Amino acid sequence: MSCAETISGYALRSIGWGERLLPKTDFTLCDHAVLIGSGLIWNLYFAVFALGFGFFFAVLVAVARASDRPALRWPAQAFIFVIRGSPLFIQFFIAYETFVLIPKVAFDINLGFMEITAETRWLTKAWLGALIVLFLNTTAYTAQIFHGALLSVPKGDIEAADSIGMSPYRKFRRVIFPSMLRLAWASYTNEAIFLFHATTLVFFSSFPAWRQKGDALYYASYFADKTFNPFVPYPIIAVYFIIFTLILTAIFGLLNRRLNRHMRNVS
Amino acid sequence: MTNGKHQGFYFSFITVLSLLFVTVPFILALGFAGALARRAQFAPLRWFGLAYTSIVRGVPDIVFFLFALIAMDQGIEYIRHMVLCPEVTDPVRQGNDFIVCAKAKMPLSSAPEWAHKSYAFFQASVAFSVVFGAFAANTLYGALAAVPAAQLETGAAFGMTPRQTFRRIHLPQMWIYALPGLSNLWMIFIKATPLLFLLGIQDIVYWARELGGTKTGIFDYPHADWRLGYFLFLLVFYLFLTWISERIFTRITRRVSRGQATIGGAV
Repeated sequence: MSCAETISGYALRSIGWGERLLPKTDFTLCDHAVLIGSGLIWNLYFAVFALGFGFFFAVLVAVARASDRPALRWPAQAFIFVIRGSPLFIQFFIAYETFVLIPKVAFDINLGFMEITAETRWLTKAWLGALIVLFLNTTAYTAQIFHGALLSVPKGDIEAADSIGMSPYRKFRRVIFPSMLRLAWASYTNEAIFLFHATTLVFFSSFPAWRQKGDALYYASYFADKTFNPFVPYPIIAVYFIIFTLILTAIFGLLNRRLNRHMRNVS
Repeated sequence: MTNGKHQGFYFSFITVLSLLFVTVPFILALGFAGALARRAQFAPLRWFGLAYTSIVRGVPDIVFFLFALIAMDQGIEYIRHMVLCPEVTDPVRQGNDFIVCAKAKMPLSSAPEWAHKSYAFFQASVAFSVVFGAFAANTLYGALAAVPAAQLETGAAFGMTPRQTFRRIHLPQMWIYALPGLSNLWMIFIKATPLLFLLGIQDIVYWARELGGTKTGIFDYPHADWRLGYFLFLLVFYLFLTWISERIFTRITRRVSRGQATIGGAV
């Protein structure tokens, strides 16, 4: 099988297009690279959506955490404490077990009412269930970072906004939020990289890979199990991750430039 | 809760805690070695330090764990094969198989079970040390660079040799800058311990799955699926561990920032 054939057969294998059976013997370097790269689609999918949704939710949680009202502050604090205090790995297990139990419960309560049973079934699939876990995880970590940044916004800025009569919403939108982002950006970049790396745990921990549609690590360990040779698949996945980590860092660097465009000499 | 099957579960908590404490000296040692290598005058050593820290940090830790484990296994067996059975001339890697002579197996297949288990534990400790050593190296490198130059110049002005300055001023003064990073690292480290399960150690996750499931690899239980309960218990265990660590680190920080020229120490 030539490399072009491999690409057309397996490049989208992880999302169910192309050849049904995975290669069984005589793995070439091309097989490794294409299939692992195909799995990387899942890692990118999880990273992009978890970070995208997590960012907005984290702002809300951070503001709630800094609120004067205990009814807002306490839930936010508890949420952050539980998620940041426990391993992501355990969170995956708990979420999966819970999601598996849900349909059974729903079925017992309203027999024959198929809508709930049908809906909760999606939760046990990785594309939704694992995404929820990753989303909650990054929300908590990001909220903690944003909360710290929120407390370091210069007091003078807020007083200035008050003195020209900005409404609370406008003050947040125009003064506090941009400052907060600027202060938090370096740490947030780190969190984004961590989350991207954490996506490898999805198929490895609990959510089963359906019809061998897995992520990059799933395929890498498939090859390593079959060939007993870790020196080909793992370096390949490592190179992929290093490349995408660099791209992620570059994107965040560009955004950082934009956030600081009014400052002098900030690279 | 007190029958024989639970002994393994309780013992696995000791396994996890001992991993935490056994590896810390090695992590710090590797961290120092890495940080000093990155500061070295000798360029290849500097490149080596940079490569070590950036490659390990750029790759998801679980990928590195899986790779390091098999690579180490095969590396040791390969060396033993070369030394112990020089009469075998067949190549070690035959197609998809990795074949060494019986004498070179590590541990020997005749070895008792505890030897297998402790060898696996040893390998996991090495893998953890290498990964977290890279993170520690980065933190310590930053901390060494953060010590104000004036303090080091003062040392030189007193006629200390560079070595004396390093030992008496640079190193003691570094800790306050390293502490936030190291405490963060410790938290990440605690939360990485469930990955032991993926490395084939019978840790708390393994036992939670075995004891909680209705029908598992070794047991067949009459009870329903209790895995959720067991995992929630692990969640509480980890929350407690991180909570107590956070309190201890707050204390240490207060201790070492006494008399420092930082915001925390300016009392």
